[in-house]
Amino acid sequence: MDYALQQLVNGLTLGMIYGLIALGYTMVYGIIGMINFAHGDVFMIGAFVSLISFLLLGAGGITAVPIALVLVLAIAMCFTALYGFAVERIAYRPLRGSFRLAPLISAIGMSIFLQNFVQVSQGARVKPLEPVVRGGFVLHQEASFSVSISIMQIIIILTTLVVLAVFTLVVSRTPLGRAMRACEQDQRMAKLLGIDVDRTISLTFVLGAALAAVAGMMYLLYYGVIDFFIGFVAGVKAFTAAVLGGIGSLPGAVLGGLLIGLIETFWSAYFSVQYKDVAAFSILVLTLVFMPSGLLGRNDVEKV
Amino acid sequence: MTASATSGPLLSVAGVTTAYGSIVALRDVALEVMPGEIVTLIGANGAGKSTLMMTICGSPAPRAGSIVYDGEDIAGAPTHLIMRRGIAQSPEGRRIFPRMTVLENLRMGAEVLAGAHFEEDLEKVTALFPRLKERLTQRGGTLSGGEQQMLAIARALMSRPRLLLLDEPSLGLAPMVVRQIFSAIRDLNRTTGLTVLLVEQNAFHALRLAHRGYVLVNGSITMSGTGAELLARPEVRAAYLEGGRA
Repeated sequence: MDYALQQLVNGLTLGMIYGLIALGYTMVYGIIGMINFAHGDVFMIGAFVSLISFLLLGAGGITAVPIALVLVLAIAMCFTALYGFAVERIAYRPLRGSFRLAPLISAIGMSIFLQNFVQVSQGARVKPLEPVVRGGFVLHQEASFSVSISIMQIIIILTTLVVLAVFTLVVSRTPLGRAMRACEQDQRMAKLLGIDVDRTISLTFVLGAALAAVAGMMYLLYYGVIDFFIGFVAGVKAFTAAVLGGIGSLPGAVLGGLLIGLIETFWSAYFSVQYKDVAAFSILVLTLVFMPSGLLGRNDVEKV
Repeated sequence: MTASATSGPLLSVAGVTTAYGSIVALRDVALEVMPGEIVTLIGANGAGKSTLMMTICGSPAPRAGSIVYDGEDIAGAPTHLIMRRGIAQSPEGRRIFPRMTVLENLRMGAEVLAGAHFEEDLEKVTALFPRLKERLTQRGGTLSGGEQQMLAIARALMSRPRLLLLDEPSLGLAPMVVRQIFSAIRDLNRTTGLTVLLVEQNAFHALRLAHRGYVLVNGSITMSGTGAELLARPEVRAAYLEGGRA
């Protein structure tokens, strides 16, 4: 029982990180109907920028942990936002209006480019970071086994929940959110109402990329090691999470992330670590067979 | 903003040609709409009426010709900027945002005003179409056809337009609802002086409502005149009215 509880804590943490990345996939898919395969790599860049920022801040003498965390997060978000903006401008916007596969191929190209760029400029070796946030609480103690939650895990879970709440509010209540939903439902009509569709799409990429930076920093702090390839693996998982939750749905992305995180963790704990990805993707296949639009996705049949 | 010429037309389309690829949809079209006028454009399915409406809004941009609105040539300008100059369109097929509530759809209409006097304008459009008031929290996609049409017009009005482009507001609606919508347009024009360009297949209603009309055939204007004149023309009666009366 205690062992299961511990796995629950670990799975939730991992799931939150997947959920944060999945939000970016789902937002972009919602608005332009394409899978931004470079998103996972933007997450990886977020992790690298965080690592470099931590090292620079440490060298500069800023060692108070809360201040460092906030600063690093802000820096990483700014950088990835720029990347998100540039990726959309360079690789996707010129292809808008061309056939459906074109931006998808361009996205894969962008993903490979970003991976190689980081590999060449930062080296292929795994980069470690000393633990920044230490400590934790023991939830339950028994003779042979104790259930604990680290402060880092608490930070990850709380941050994701806060970010999700803020984004839900932005999308449902603000003019920007309305414009995003309008572009998602009918771009032509959005234009006829004076909405700058290109700008709205740009902002969607920027917001998604900023979320990826949050996830990147969390990943770095949680695992303590990163390399140029983490974006691919985490990206595929997060994409799966977005599809599982119902692509286009924000709560769906987080729910999907949590499920993938939990399935992976529990499978590793009780069956075999080697087959954890098989387990996660099998659940995806089953869900799509029986619920083609995902758990919280809408089916597109509408009264016209 | 330039002060509008008091005597000149609010909208003046001249020599406009629009094409989709190699298919020419509009050929050398010219029409004028004076301030405070209701002008209707009638024509058969596929004549190019909606293309003209969309060309005025810059999507697609015309291949040739000028579109002068309020003294400035807007041909070739991006659509979202044209719509910020006081033109609003209730488009063909209504294009209500299906997964937004009625209230959100109306907010989208007011987006160009950045929320200024939203409550006041909401009051006005719901007075014009009381049905919408009961449906404010309902999703756009769940409304009936007539309600969607009312919402499309109300949404267009939320931007306080000087020129309202109405594309086929009667399409697929019951005769009683059509009368209701047309009388709302007439009231608006009489009480606020709103200028309207109305595209219709329902020529009988449209010509009775409008001050002037144009007939569009295969992408070219073939006739123009006052509503009463056009209604009396035998070729108009034969082509658009006989049997087509709502």
